[in-house]
Amino acid sequence: MRHLLDTRTLDRATAVRILDVAEDMSDTQSREIKKLPTLRGKTVVNLFFEDSTRTRISFEAAAKRLSADVINFAAKGSSVSKGESLKDTAQTLQAMGADAVVIRHPASGAPQTLATSGWISAGVVNAGDGTHEHPTQALLDAFTIRKRRFGAESRGRDLAGITVVIVGDVLHSRVARSNVWLLATLGAEVTLVSPPTLVPQNVSLWPAKVVYDLDQALAQGPDAVMMLRIQLERMNAAYFPTEREYSRRWGLDALRVAGLPDGSIVMHPGPMNRGLEISSEAADSPRSTVLEQVTNGVSIRMAVLYLLLAGERDDERGGDQ
Amino acid sequence: MSETLVITGAQLLGAESADIIVENGVISEIGAGLSRSGARVIDAAGLVALPGLVDLHTHLREPGYEASETILTGTRAAAAGGFTAVFAMPNTSPVADTAGVVEQELALGEAAGYATVQPIGAVTVGQKGERLAELGAMATSRAQVRVFSDDGFCVFDPLIMRRALEYVKSFDGVIAQHAQDPRLTEGAQMNEGTVSADLGLAGWPAVAEESIIARDVLLAEHVGSRLHVCHLSTAGSVDIIRWAKKRGINVTAEVTPHHLLLTDELVRGYDARYKVNPPLRREEDVLAVRAGLADGTIDIVATDHAPHPSENKACEWQAAANGMVGLESALRVVHQSMVQTGLIGWEDVARVMSAAPARIGRLAGHGTPLEVGAPAQISLYDASVAGVFTESDLHGRSVNSPYLGRDLPGRVEYTVHGGVVTVAGGAVVEELNA
Amino acid sequence: MSARTVLHEADISRALTRIAHEILESNRGAENLVLLGIPTRGVTLARRLATVIGEIAQTSVPVGALDVTMFRDDLAQHPTRSPRPTDIPSGGIDGCTVVLVDDVLFSGRSIRAALDALQSIGRPAVVRLAILVDRGHRELPIRPDFVGKNIPSSRQERVNVRLIEDDGAEEVTIEA
Repeated sequence: MRHLLDTRTLDRATAVRILDVAEDMSDTQSREIKKLPTLRGKTVVNLFFEDSTRTRISFEAAAKRLSADVINFAAKGSSVSKGESLKDTAQTLQAMGADAVVIRHPASGAPQTLATSGWISAGVVNAGDGTHEHPTQALLDAFTIRKRRFGAESRGRDLAGITVVIVGDVLHSRVARSNVWLLATLGAEVTLVSPPTLVPQNVSLWPAKVVYDLDQALAQGPDAVMMLRIQLERMNAAYFPTEREYSRRWGLDALRVAGLPDGSIVMHPGPMNRGLEISSEAADSPRSTVLEQVTNGVSIRMAVLYLLLAGERDDERGGDQ
Repeated sequence: MSETLVITGAQLLGAESADIIVENGVISEIGAGLSRSGARVIDAAGLVALPGLVDLHTHLREPGYEASETILTGTRAAAAGGFTAVFAMPNTSPVADTAGVVEQELALGEAAGYATVQPIGAVTVGQKGERLAELGAMATSRAQVRVFSDDGFCVFDPLIMRRALEYVKSFDGVIAQHAQDPRLTEGAQMNEGTVSADLGLAGWPAVAEESIIARDVLLAEHVGSRLHVCHLSTAGSVDIIRWAKKRGINVTAEVTPHHLLLTDELVRGYDARYKVNPPLRREEDVLAVRAGLADGTIDIVATDHAPHPSENKACEWQAAANGMVGLESALRVVHQSMVQTGLIGWEDVARVMSAAPARIGRLAGHGTPLEVGAPAQISLYDASVAGVFTESDLHGRSVNSPYLGRDLPGRVEYTVHGGVVTVAGGAVVEELNA
Repeated sequence: MSARTVLHEADISRALTRIAHEILESNRGAENLVLLGIPTRGVTLARRLATVIGEIAQTSVPVGALDVTMFRDDLAQHPTRSPRPTDIPSGGIDGCTVVLVDDVLFSGRSIRAALDALQSIGRPAVVRLAILVDRGHRELPIRPDFVGKNIPSSRQERVNVRLIEDDGAEEVTIEA
């Protein structure tokens, strides 16, 4: 795997492989000595143009547990203040000997521009680009769903037949997009629930149903309900009238959670707006996978870094010994 | 003075072969077997002779943005594309909203000599959309401005647009509108549609263009004024213009070569060479504007040549500037998208790329037919060749072309500007013989 | 490519039986014994050994798998490998006699990686190595404690182990 830029172009075999390697990584994390020497000597650069302590720390932990060296590079967003350009930043990292660049950027497509520009030879991992994709989030979400469902028998499985409802601001959500593509690739059925203003104007070609009524979607008894964080600034751009109205119509409150079938899980990528899109009852219930998602995030990111950096660099085959 | 030229065997508008004599900057004779002693002979066998092309929409960037282009480099690029006249958009620095700036542009164009530069004046001061600029002063200046535009920005305030439309009637001026509702396109990056949904790029909906055009044609009708619509890009916009013309409204419209050929699918990959305003649209829109150009709903092709330095394109999409250079490739793209597809012939090319733009812009001495007595504005085009478009085909200061690496037909072999050869054997002439 | 069989089904069975006796002799019984096979075929062999030992000593011996992919030092020279599961018996390995089991011993690098992997899991009292086939050409100072058969080979030759559970056949062959 040369880069991980999106889940849209991730085929089923590679996706399952990432999940399976993450199982192995997850196992090592329960040992006393959590560190593996696998990526010793490799340098991973966290190139974060957007503030994000959680994701950055997760990647940092993943890299360090594989004994890689980590460099954290916080750069100004070039779209606002014409600071150092992406090109110059990239070439500086190349000169520093980066083997992998984990990039989070406010501009959709920036990781792809970085990967295809010829400015660097390092592998590129997209840690979230604008409103486009966040592939490791979708992978850890899929891992979490699989683990909850199949437990110790998870290896080798996909999510065929599992139903997932994703609720929230789909228009601006890279988490939603990455999940739609990956879940569909893994065989799950996806329903998107959102106010009409927060769904892209033309998603007719997406492998997902769109429904405006949350109760209608939950009445189908989905296996997983994934709540997306709503940003209050959207209120000022007239996407919805008030917090209260949003919460009433699209919030996962105690009543809605209680109505879910046994075994259904409640997910959230974090950080949560308790009381807005998700109630405390939902967030703290045994159905909630919020904390597991964080733990699984480290395992998934270890798996991604391993697959990107451990083998022969130009290899696309990725076969077994 | 300009030299005497004997152009032999050219196919006039792609039809009959004839010889053309140019003397003292004028076409003095057309016939067969012509000669003049001491004249320069240009063998035009197999070449299509077109009247010198006229671009109603070019960004020459001077004064103020000379890193991207200057009047000299821009007119060289124009000549290379077969153009003998270009209308220079006013979004310079300072903005061309006074007689002083437009006269400066005119002078620089005359000094360069590669093509006639006709300045376009801004509609509002600084293109801010608040107060009318001194349109009358620009009209009576040496630049004789007749076309006014805030291009880059929409004249959004309906009252300002109405006043501008009324005011220019006094000197047969025309307002050229960049139709883009700013509220519907805040932060927009590409056409709003299936591709923008996938790519997570903020959408620029077609309705933001169409709603302004609809408003403006009704305003033009109400005040009895002429209106010109810049870079029309959507199927809905074509329908509105068609309706307006049928109603007798005095509106003209232009389409860019890139909107005749390229779609928003190219944005996948986030290559900022394809970032432009108005954005590349869907396949249905490309087909609709082609049909509109063919049936006369759209009057002209205009390049919207927009040079940018490489650091404004070699970056993430959101940070990239809007625009493509287009002077050198325009005729070839029209050839591929409209002539080779059988939608129009060479006489239509002459109309939409020379006669009509000159007429709309009220530019005398250009857009005239290839006939005796007309000023010698000629382009000789080899329609039989084809090749990959590369940076060596670009002659301006910037290289932000979406056609690099693409196969395009044709080649401009000669351009004659007022009797002066500006392009010979496909190469821009370094020292003009004027 | 000529492949000749160096161990037939019966040979393999006898070799495992002998190794099982040798393990019990060296350990003076089955106490504190843990067998860890290195995937894939080392695990199969470890399970078989555990069965044989169990029959001889009338006791059950913990068996597990130890994947060493993450500890290899030659990852960058090969296409990316997929790790196999590591399964440590519930009693752990601290203070135990761990017998690593693998099918072929060649350069010794896998075993070095296995020792590193063991270290991240716990602290065995003693570590021994049981190998079905030793083909020589060691690159590290590693030697097996229990060997099924020594098979001299040239570097270019390939030694193939096939076991019923993994390959549907039972033999060890060597080919040029």
